Amino acid sequence: MSFTFRHLLGTEALTRDEITFLLNQSRAFQGIQKQPLKKLATLRGKSAVLAFFETSTRTRISFGTAAARLGADTMNLQAESSSTQKGESLMDTVRTLEAMKPDVIVIRHAASGAPHFVAERLGIPVINAGDGVHEHPTQGLLDALTISDRLGRMDGLDVTIVGDILHSRVARSDIHVLSKFGCRITLCGPAMWLPPEIVQIAPNVRLEPRLDPALRGAQVVMVLRVQTERLQEPALPADEYIRLYQMTPERLALARPDALLMHPGPMIRGLEIDPAVADSPQSCVLEQVTNGVAVRMALLYLLTGGAPSGAAAG
Amino acid sequence: MLLIHNGRVLDPSRNFDGPADVLIEGERIARVGPKIEAPGAERLDASGLVVAPGFIDLHCHLREPGNDPAETIESGTRAAARGGFTAVCCMPNTQPVNDNASVTRFILDRAAAVASVRVWPIGAASKGSAGEGLAEIAGMKDAGIVAVTDDGKPIATAKLLRQVMEYTRPLDLPVIEHSEDASLFAGGVMREGPTSVRLGLRGIPAATEAICVARDVQICALTGARLHVAHMSAKDSLDLVREAKRRGLTVTCEVTPHHFTLTGEDVVYDARYKMNPPLASRADREALLAGLADGSVDAIATDHAPHTQASKEVEFDRAPFGITGFETALGLALEALVHSGRLPLARLVELFTSGPARVLGKTRRIAEGEPADLTLFSTEHRWTFRAAESASKSRNTPFDGRSFRGGPMATIVAGRVVWRR
Repeated sequence: MSFTFRHLLGTEALTRDEITFLLNQSRAFQGIQKQPLKKLATLRGKSAVLAFFETSTRTRISFGTAAARLGADTMNLQAESSSTQKGESLMDTVRTLEAMKPDVIVIRHAASGAPHFVAERLGIPVINAGDGVHEHPTQGLLDALTISDRLGRMDGLDVTIVGDILHSRVARSDIHVLSKFGCRITLCGPAMWLPPEIVQIAPNVRLEPRLDPALRGAQVVMVLRVQTERLQEPALPADEYIRLYQMTPERLALARPDALLMHPGPMIRGLEIDPAVADSPQSCVLEQVTNGVAVRMALLYLLTGGAPSGAAAG
Repeated sequence: MLLIHNGRVLDPSRNFDGPADVLIEGERIARVGPKIEAPGAERLDASGLVVAPGFIDLHCHLREPGNDPAETIESGTRAAARGGFTAVCCMPNTQPVNDNASVTRFILDRAAAVASVRVWPIGAASKGSAGEGLAEIAGMKDAGIVAVTDDGKPIATAKLLRQVMEYTRPLDLPVIEHSEDASLFAGGVMREGPTSVRLGLRGIPAATEAICVARDVQICALTGARLHVAHMSAKDSLDLVREAKRRGLTVTCEVTPHHFTLTGEDVVYDARYKMNPPLASRADREALLAGLADGSVDAIATDHAPHTQASKEVEFDRAPFGITGFETALGLALEALVHSGRLPLARLVELFTSGPARVLGKTRRIAEGEPADLTLFSTEHRWTFRAAESASKSRNTPFDGRSFRGGPMATIVAGRVVWRR
């Protein structure tokens, strides 16, 4: 197949074939991560703007690393230093960035839909690096790549996602990706973070506020970060969350013995996850990070006009 | 003299619907009847058109004083005339707030100088609409307000609402409530439902409105004052109003064209779909349509809320609430209510004329001696609304480019044709 879309705004609009294609393209870049010399000249002379209107360390460094390994230059905009603090509108800021003639713009923004708003008005490709509580599509893709590499397949898996689903852009992107491969997805967490309507966003999604039944038989367990500011808002005591939802070795044992344990990071050990689980052989947290670079390399490459790699398919 | 001839006169206030001519002398209607001979009168051929009493909009924002870039009394009333409205009630949330007689007089003086249609100001209920002390309601009443409200938000507390209603009852002014529970609303940008969850936009549950309507109805019962609930958007709120009417309370309500046309499922990342109250669920929209048909809803009001492009063309979360509404109101109402077969045409006309008039304690009739305010419209004329050609200074509408079957054709205020298609 060919790569037809101009932007990556979410995983919701991607087809199963498109996801498979993107994962295969990403695999072509996985090998480079293991080489002593990791830099290609593929995108030499191209440039990417990393416009982070919301603080981020991991995702920004991952995109920066991906661009560097392809030989592209990056220009960084961070919220603290940007003119948005001076009252400039998002549109004026990105038009200014566009005028510097980058080949792609990567946007992280606290408002859901901000990358869509920008993409409709700019002449260059936009990659969503996380918008509000909507989507984080590269996370969805890197999670899929990690699962399919570890388990050898993605079809029809039982996946359980635990945490603050309502406010999780990772959960939404993962749901849209995994559902297209026939995965049965169980969402688990305190009931005020489990909006009933979320079962309507994709097929094969169910809610289970109790952790033990949610974990039984799971082949993939994703633990989401608990944002401490969210714990304050409905005044849910952290101890209560730990008691009911912390991923412990005993609880993980309810899942299949070979179940994968995933976390999008950053982890707070001792809150949503027991350190013994984080460091267990089932954990693929660091592979997720490594795969993130490969997925972002593939996207930067494809969206800046690179031809789909023949080697990638193999 | 102006003779409107060959039209279909439709006056719901006296159940009249048939061919008739209307002769206007000066600012008033001189005669209504078949085949009027009026040699020397200017003639307006209304063949194929409905001749209705002048439309009244109970709810709009003209933004003057204070926000001229978004709208002025001049531009807003020109847009109103193009929408077939002959009188519009402007909300007090201007800068300064219309909370005293000098602001009211400013609005009326500007209107006398520049407005295309009648402007009936609504005063603030509390000083600065800040929800603490009462505004100068009696002074504003003498200056010409037709109602009070803290629109944009509800009157802050049940206690203050009680004081406002006790105070307005002998003044015979309706209290218009923008009913919404502030704590449940907090930070929301669209109706809570499958679409808000999918888009990751913070939801406002329908109960936000009904909780406040329940409070408002209780205070209405306690004080005996007139309560009018603005822009109803939920079935549960409508049921509360219906029940209050059954109990004989003086409660009325309005619905906007966008709430009976669109639903929350239409929302995309485009602030032209951001309004407050937000677009409802399908079930709630269905209940509003039923309420419009069965008489529970008293009026269609636009909630015309112009905003500059700069303020509205931002991230969905950051954009202000509201859309323009004058010029599309009748087209949308004909489409959703009449052509769909839900309402007889006479009921639709009532919702734009005698319905809102009753809310204000006024009448609206086509009869000898009445003010010559008339709306001529077609039920069949095909046209397309282009926001860029709107008379409003603002363009924030989701209905740009929409094609309509039927719409306003001429607007007559005090005997003067203020707009003709």
